Amino acid sequence: MTALSPPAAKGRPVRRGGLQRRRAWVGWGFVGPFMAVFALVFLAPIGYSLYLSLFRNQLVGGTSFVGLDNYRRAMEDPQFWSALGRVSLFLVVQVPVMLGIALLVALAIDSGRLYGKGFFRIAIFLPYAVPAVVASLMWGFMYGTRFGLVGNINDAFGVELPNPLSPDLVLASIGNIVTWEFVGYNMLIFYSALRVIPHALYEAAEIDGAGQLRIITAIKLPAIRGALAVATIFSIIGSFQLFNEPSILKPLAPNAITTYFTPNSYTYSLAFAGQQHNYAATVAIVMGVLTMVIAYVVQLRGMRKEA
Amino acid sequence: MNNASRRVLRGGTVLASALTLALSLTACGSSDDGSESSPADVDAALAEGGSLTVWTWDLTMKQVAKDFEAAHPKVKINLVNAGTNKDQYTALENAISAGKGVPDVAQIEYYALGQFSLSKSLADLSAYGADELADSYSPGPWNAVASGDQVYALPLDSGPMALYYNKKVFDKHGIAVPKTWDEYVDAARKLHKADPKVFITNDAGEPGFATSLIWQAGGRPYKVDGTKVSVDFSDAGSRTYADTWQKLLDDKLVAPVVSWSDEWFKGLADGSIATLATGAWMPTNLETGAASAAGDWRVAPLPQWKAGAAVSAENGGSSLAIPAASKNKELAYAFLEYANAGAGVKSRVDDGAFPATTAELTSKEFLAKKFDYFGGQEANKIFSESASQVPDGWSYLPFQVYANSIFNDNVGKAYASNTTLSQGLAQWQKASIAYGKEQGFTVGD
Repeated sequence: MTALSPPAAKGRPVRRGGLQRRRAWVGWGFVGPFMAVFALVFLAPIGYSLYLSLFRNQLVGGTSFVGLDNYRRAMEDPQFWSALGRVSLFLVVQVPVMLGIALLVALAIDSGRLYGKGFFRIAIFLPYAVPAVVASLMWGFMYGTRFGLVGNINDAFGVELPNPLSPDLVLASIGNIVTWEFVGYNMLIFYSALRVIPHALYEAAEIDGAGQLRIITAIKLPAIRGALAVATIFSIIGSFQLFNEPSILKPLAPNAITTYFTPNSYTYSLAFAGQQHNYAATVAIVMGVLTMVIAYVVQLRGMRKEA
Repeated sequence: MNNASRRVLRGGTVLASALTLALSLTACGSSDDGSESSPADVDAALAEGGSLTVWTWDLTMKQVAKDFEAAHPKVKINLVNAGTNKDQYTALENAISAGKGVPDVAQIEYYALGQFSLSKSLADLSAYGADELADSYSPGPWNAVASGDQVYALPLDSGPMALYYNKKVFDKHGIAVPKTWDEYVDAARKLHKADPKVFITNDAGEPGFATSLIWQAGGRPYKVDGTKVSVDFSDAGSRTYADTWQKLLDDKLVAPVVSWSDEWFKGLADGSIATLATGAWMPTNLETGAASAAGDWRVAPLPQWKAGAAVSAENGGSSLAIPAASKNKELAYAFLEYANAGAGVKSRVDDGAFPATTAELTSKEFLAKKFDYFGGQEANKIFSESASQVPDGWSYLPFQVYANSIFNDNVGKAYASNTTLSQGLAQWQKASIAYGKEQGFTVGD
């Protein structure tokens, strides 16, 4: 990026100091509205959370300053770490599956060999338009072993399918919902990236005798590397912020989904059921920092060769 | 990707976590104007009129509000459903700590009163003459709203327990209605054997149900003395409950259906859930939620832990309280008295509510009421008898709402894995104690 330099003042001597001072203020005038909003909606809540995380409010005894005690507690809190472990497992299993399917679908649509491309594209994308709450409810009904779809299958075929809402399977069941919801979204990111690749490259490759597989690995995938990285980072953030699906399914499976199922549910439970706002702020900050670090590392790796 | 979008991404992460917090966190503040009030002020406030915001999820309150407005044209009652039980408590807790949007009257269940009275969030109603109403209520609910010479709320309804059973199912399989919990376990086996689709009841782990049965069995796991609390689920009553109920769980004799779910109502209607041991407020829910089973159900006294005993317990039940931050406490009290001790009680009973007032509980008309849903049975006789058999000495924790919210994290394991109920209760005890200590209570065990 090159900075725009003001046109040199020729032939009109101006007092330097005055111009510079005015220039400085003009800049702030342009940036000011943004800075005000930025400070209000970005910096203030973070600052306030940091401030809160240094205190402790008790039902008996009121509020007191405790320094970094809350952070020390978070480091040793088995419930927090189990929640983090659960979303990490979710991340390493669900995200590759989801992005893999999305990529496959995007490549299929982009190949131009698919009949009814438009319908296929909209059908895959449609689940993304269903609100997460509705999607979770819908899947929750299907997962029911007594009156749901699983129950119906059990009755109709006389089989005993494992209960998708049991403690062992519930994370996979949630992964299934999230995959269903977001494959279309990621597919669209990949597909739009594929569309901007110049067709001349494909023609050149064909003249050189490259097959479709070769075109994908040598042209398409490298060209959409940026999109892949973006989708991965969004998915990582999404995994760490997993909340809707487990909290909607919790009433259906209260013994399988704990109040500390994901870091966000834990924060929610601490703040709203336990009145532990200060510790909830701490957990949220720790989670925010962890998410930033991991997203940043992935981004560095993903972007390394491009720049 | 360029630098700008990188920054947006990073910002987004932080923003999302920070916003979650900003929404949930509010500065703490308490207000206390310290002015003394008297019953005379209540009359004055009523004469002056004004408007009241009432948070309740009790549908029978609609008619009461209408009648009250008709009797006092200067008063406007604004009924708000701010959520049912714990959702509403969260909203109330947030409004109180924000000092804004606090209602003038709020419905609070008995088990949750401690949390609000401890933090001095509720007005002491004895200043308005509420202490004189002690004899108007049955002892269970009154003990729940009064502490020492302070009165934090007036009982709205009560939930003396009884056994609701599907007579059609019991008759079909020729099984007697259980009189003790041991007979109940036997009946559960027989029913499920006769028809594998039928379960004696549903239970997916509910704190209110478990604590009520422990209460009936003589257990007193919670001891509360101001800010000194203790939790102990190893007493005889708690063990009796855990050991007996464990048999039902071991043999998978209870349907793993969550109460109030669609599945639950379906089960109640089609006979696959054959009994319910719950509070006397249940009939209206059955009439609306399982309408197709009208005539199938009957009411019997709650099964006993010892044959021949006559001990019951309360399950659920709500009170109406006035938050200390209300701007119009005198007028609020006038409404409270009308709804919970005055003419409002009759209107609510007619709409199917179960009262906490002795006058209604012992009135001939009330006792002789025939329930069409229960095949014309005079069910109120059983409920009213149960209300008089509730043993005292029970108390909930001042942080029962939170303790209940983590019940399934701990005791729920008994429903989903090989953990036993006793182990689950012991874990719940540990978690409750840990929370109590964190919150500054003096906790023993």
